[in-house]
Amino acid sequence: MSLPDETYLTGEIFDERSALSVNDLTRMFAVDERRIVEWVEEGVISVIEVDGAHWRISGTQLRRARIALRLERDLGVNPAGVALVLELLEELERFRREHGRGRS
Amino acid sequence: MEFKDYYKVMGVARDATEAQIKQAYRKLARKYHPDVSKEPNAEARFKEVGEAYEVLKSPEKRAAYDRLGSGPRPGEDFRPPPDFGSGFEFAGAGPSGGGEDYSDFFESLFGRAGAGANRGRHHFDTGRGEDHHAKIMLDLEAALQGGSRSFTLRMPELDADGRLAMHERVLNVQIPKGILPGQTIRLAGQGSRPPQTAGQAAAPDGDLYIEVEFQPHPLYRIDGRDLYLDLPVAPWEAALGAGVKTPTPGGVVDLKIPAGSHAGTKLRLKGRGMPASPAGDFYVVLQIALPPASDEKTKAAYRALSEAMPFNPRASLGV
Repeated sequence: MSLPDETYLTGEIFDERSALSVNDLTRMFAVDERRIVEWVEEGVISVIEVDGAHWRISGTQLRRARIALRLERDLGVNPAGVALVLELLEELERFRREHGRGRS
Repeated sequence: MEFKDYYKVMGVARDATEAQIKQAYRKLARKYHPDVSKEPNAEARFKEVGEAYEVLKSPEKRAAYDRLGSGPRPGEDFRPPPDFGSGFEFAGAGPSGGGEDYSDFFESLFGRAGAGANRGRHHFDTGRGEDHHAKIMLDLEAALQGGSRSFTLRMPELDADGRLAMHERVLNVQIPKGILPGQTIRLAGQGSRPPQTAGQAAAPDGDLYIEVEFQPHPLYRIDGRDLYLDLPVAPWEAALGAGVKTPTPGGVVDLKIPAGSHAGTKLRLKGRGMPASPAGDFYVVLQIALPPASDEKTKAAYRALSEAMPFNPRASLGV
């Protein structure tokens, strides 16, 4: 796992063009499928393509999933609460951008 | 070593009940949680609160901690007594509150294993090593230019005896040009090494997922792949139109301010935002800077202006 200092690692970028499966997310976050389904149902993360039983999740949703995990662990917020927090955070960010000269 | 007054950190009395401690923790954790808080030093405060809670919520750890008394006087050095913790058994409860990163004070008392090795996560028997997650704060310039950056990551890892130890390592990562906040970089094989079973082929290592966030920039704000700059202009530049210089990430450019602009007018420089694909745009948002009437000459100019035009800035308020 340790590499010589001169080696620069090139990673794979997850953005809006990445289409992840439910399985990818369960692996990444070490949660079970029920949790992912709950996140989708409560609006914590959104599904970009419903192809029969197959969900595809955009790479931009990973940040939301990570925040959900942390808020659930640290503050005991449930998925519905996380969805609300995420919406309020987005609104706050938009507000800061538009009014704040927001260098926060 | 600095003595930590965990009761003070939590803002509770030394005889606080478990319920009061939990309540205090929840309140402070909401206030300083790095995902929701804009308080200065939120992350450091959050860790401190998590550490205090880790000790005070556990009856054993709290009792052992209480036996230290209220600690040395301010400025005095603290050394844990040699018999600290004897007679107490610390159960390895999963860490709460981002608390993988404890202070020297905590570790001298409870050891790194005191944080508990059980992460309380669902375990998947895929044979693969566990995936890790980390967050890096990039300067906007690094994302604009791309290139290599070194990061020091601290990760809790289980040692040979199954104890949790803090493992520090330096990662040299190629930052792709045009990476955006909220995106994730996966470094394959940089997660945990799976436990080896004798006589079996080694399973693959886990991956490392790096969450990218940006440091606030002194000039530019980022929205998706677009960049915003507040550009101050003089009232006559906005009213009459002008050619002004403006900084952009690619260097200073000449910008034409159209006549009749006002505060909040947005001017778009196409393709001069984040060099993602497709590239974002660069928006200049005009701010009207008011020249101070600091001497007779400028005062006279203001008076001449007020006489030249009937202007009621409060017309929309009906007064």
